Amino acid sequence: MIPSRNVHAPPAQSPRARWAVGIIGITAVAATALTVWLGLWVTPPDQSQGDLVRLVYIHPGVAWVALYLAFALAAVSSLLFLWTRTRSMFWDRLAAASVEVGVVFNVCTLISGSIWGKPTWGVWWAWDARLTSTAVLLVLFLGYLALRRVPAEPDVRAKRSAFVALFAAVDIPIVHFSVLWWRTLHQGATVLNPNLSPTIHGSMAWTLLLGFVAVTLVFVWMLLVRYRIGVLEDYLGTGELDVALRERQAEGAVTDEEEAA
Amino acid sequence: MWRDTVLVAGKDLRIEARSKVALSQVAPFGIVALVLFAFALGPDRGLMAKGAPGLFWVAVLFCTVLAVQRSVSVESADGARDGLRLSGLDPAGLFLGKSAAVAAQLVVLEAVLAGGVILLYGAKVEVPWLIVVSCLLGTVGLAATGTLYGALSAGIRVRETLLPFLLLPIAAPVLLAGTRIWQAAMAGGTASDGSPWLRLLVVFDAVYVALGIVVYGPIQESA
Amino acid sequence: MAPAAPPSPAILLHDAVALSGRFPLLAGVDLEVATGETVLVEGPNGAGKTSLLRVCAGLVRLASGRVSVLGLDPVRQRNRVRRRVGLLSHASHLYDDLSVRENVRFAVRAAGADVARIDGACDRLGLSGRLLTTSAGKLSAGQRRRVALAVLAARWPELWLLDEPHAGLDASARQTLNQLIDEAQASGVTILIASHESGFVESLATRAVTVTGGRVTDHRPLGGGSLGAEAPSALNPGQPSAPTPPSPDRPVEGRVAHVA
Repeated sequence: MIPSRNVHAPPAQSPRARWAVGIIGITAVAATALTVWLGLWVTPPDQSQGDLVRLVYIHPGVAWVALYLAFALAAVSSLLFLWTRTRSMFWDRLAAASVEVGVVFNVCTLISGSIWGKPTWGVWWAWDARLTSTAVLLVLFLGYLALRRVPAEPDVRAKRSAFVALFAAVDIPIVHFSVLWWRTLHQGATVLNPNLSPTIHGSMAWTLLLGFVAVTLVFVWMLLVRYRIGVLEDYLGTGELDVALRERQAEGAVTDEEEAA
Repeated sequence: MWRDTVLVAGKDLRIEARSKVALSQVAPFGIVALVLFAFALGPDRGLMAKGAPGLFWVAVLFCTVLAVQRSVSVESADGARDGLRLSGLDPAGLFLGKSAAVAAQLVVLEAVLAGGVILLYGAKVEVPWLIVVSCLLGTVGLAATGTLYGALSAGIRVRETLLPFLLLPIAAPVLLAGTRIWQAAMAGGTASDGSPWLRLLVVFDAVYVALGIVVYGPIQESA
Repeated sequence: MAPAAPPSPAILLHDAVALSGRFPLLAGVDLEVATGETVLVEGPNGAGKTSLLRVCAGLVRLASGRVSVLGLDPVRQRNRVRRRVGLLSHASHLYDDLSVRENVRFAVRAAGADVARIDGACDRLGLSGRLLTTSAGKLSAGQRRRVALAVLAARWPELWLLDEPHAGLDASARQTLNQLIDEAQASGVTILIASHESGFVESLATRAVTVTGGRVTDHRPLGGGSLGAEAPSALNPGQPSAPTPPSPDRPVEGRVAHVA
């Protein structure tokens, strides 16, 4: 279906915005490449974990994006959409984009966690508190995306999705605590550990930090691109309102002519 | 608000009294689920008794989905949803009323399922009051979340398949807490074994009941 | 509702645009209906008659333009508006598992109206005897409509929005309906009737507006109505008091046969 009546061009992206997205993308690729190089060749293997430790440069960063950044962004923008004073489709698209990209990062978290878990715990999947919370979060995200796929008017869909995001957001802390009490065997958060130096030092710490930056940049870049796609999707099939109104008003005239004929 | 709550809950319960969907369809379904769980576990009664708390709550969750579906479909025939909107009923009262009706049906279903678990699985309950309290608290949370998601999905044609997917993960804490409290009650533990879980259920209930009271109106108008 | 405020029209729509997604249900409606007027809304199928009534009932939000119903915003002050407005739509809003009496009772109580008038209203619409205890699911389309009318008659709101009210009714029920409209007019009720069978109601309405293509395209005065357009405001100037329904001691009409 090509909207033939669209005489207007799609909403243009300002040159500055396009430039910024490009820069972020290039920086993200460079930072990721640097992390890979540092992580695989420069840093030494760990005494106890050997080469496995190299996952530490990617996995925590990906998890931080999936569990905190994407989720918080989706929750906050959904809330800002529901708040009538700040209601705008911008927040709806931002929430949708961050959930969709967040799902990718969530799956990456689970996969990289599994790869790590198999040699260290001896199983691909352990019913550990963090893993389980992450999986529940993934299911909630998928539910949100499933709801978005239901055909509906954009404003209805936006409201529905924002409510679902809100309900999920308040559920996450409760899920987190319930699963935490249920069982836990994950190693404590390493970077947030106050005695950082005895655990990780030198090139490893810097690479770890760079990994966080690189993954975050990748997320931001994907988010911006997905947001832009959202704008274009909404444009597709949108006739301009004045055209639609004129068509509607003309219905009456057609009937009159038919009656006269 | 309370007047509307009583009015709506009374209406939904009267519809149930006439149609007996929960009693003649949902409750038997719950028993069937319990029997199927037993088949899946094998004839070892020790294993069944051990799994009884979790299986009980899984069956309750499935029944919740059905009860909520019914609660929504009652309003979707003959434009009844528009009728409710037009009547000018207080949305908070409407939410509480619909939730209360679902909760009342769930309590009966839970009684049936608890009986089934005790009879079929040979589960021995040492501290019955702990189970009663956990069921009541869990019911409030399930009814509130169910009613909220029911209202959200009311206008959606594929809601039969979408609703369980959205609702069940949200209700996961109820399953975890309810199961742990049952385990404590079966092991003859003291109330303190279950108390963090009871507190979790109270928080869950409070959060979703409060949320429902605030957002039910906007949901009703937007769907 | 300050008494000093000038009497506002019962319905005021200015350049009202209502959208369903991207489709304009209303494409710029201008309409003013004075308190106590009875206005017939004519137009072909899909012209926007139903949408117009739904906007007045606050079920559909405007995308642009202004609307005020009984001097209130039907979206922001929806609960205050809805208790004073009655919409008779294509759907009867009945619960199949409840009896006729239970349905009427719930609808009337939900709207916060007086339950004492239920019996009289049901009686007038020919809903009596065993029919009252029959579940709504067993009723015919016409009978369901009678139940919806009974709810309206029992509530007796200030503004009646009637969407094709004569559709599916038999001759006697139509007569009862016309009588109800007549009495409503006499008691100061404002009425909007959407119909493409204007013959039934032309004698009742004070004027007719034609809706085509989501707009009001034509006005024409009609002689009907027990009161003129400006008469009610002369009778009770600036007082938007609730109309009082007539006492139910009227001859019972339009009794229908019991359902099988």
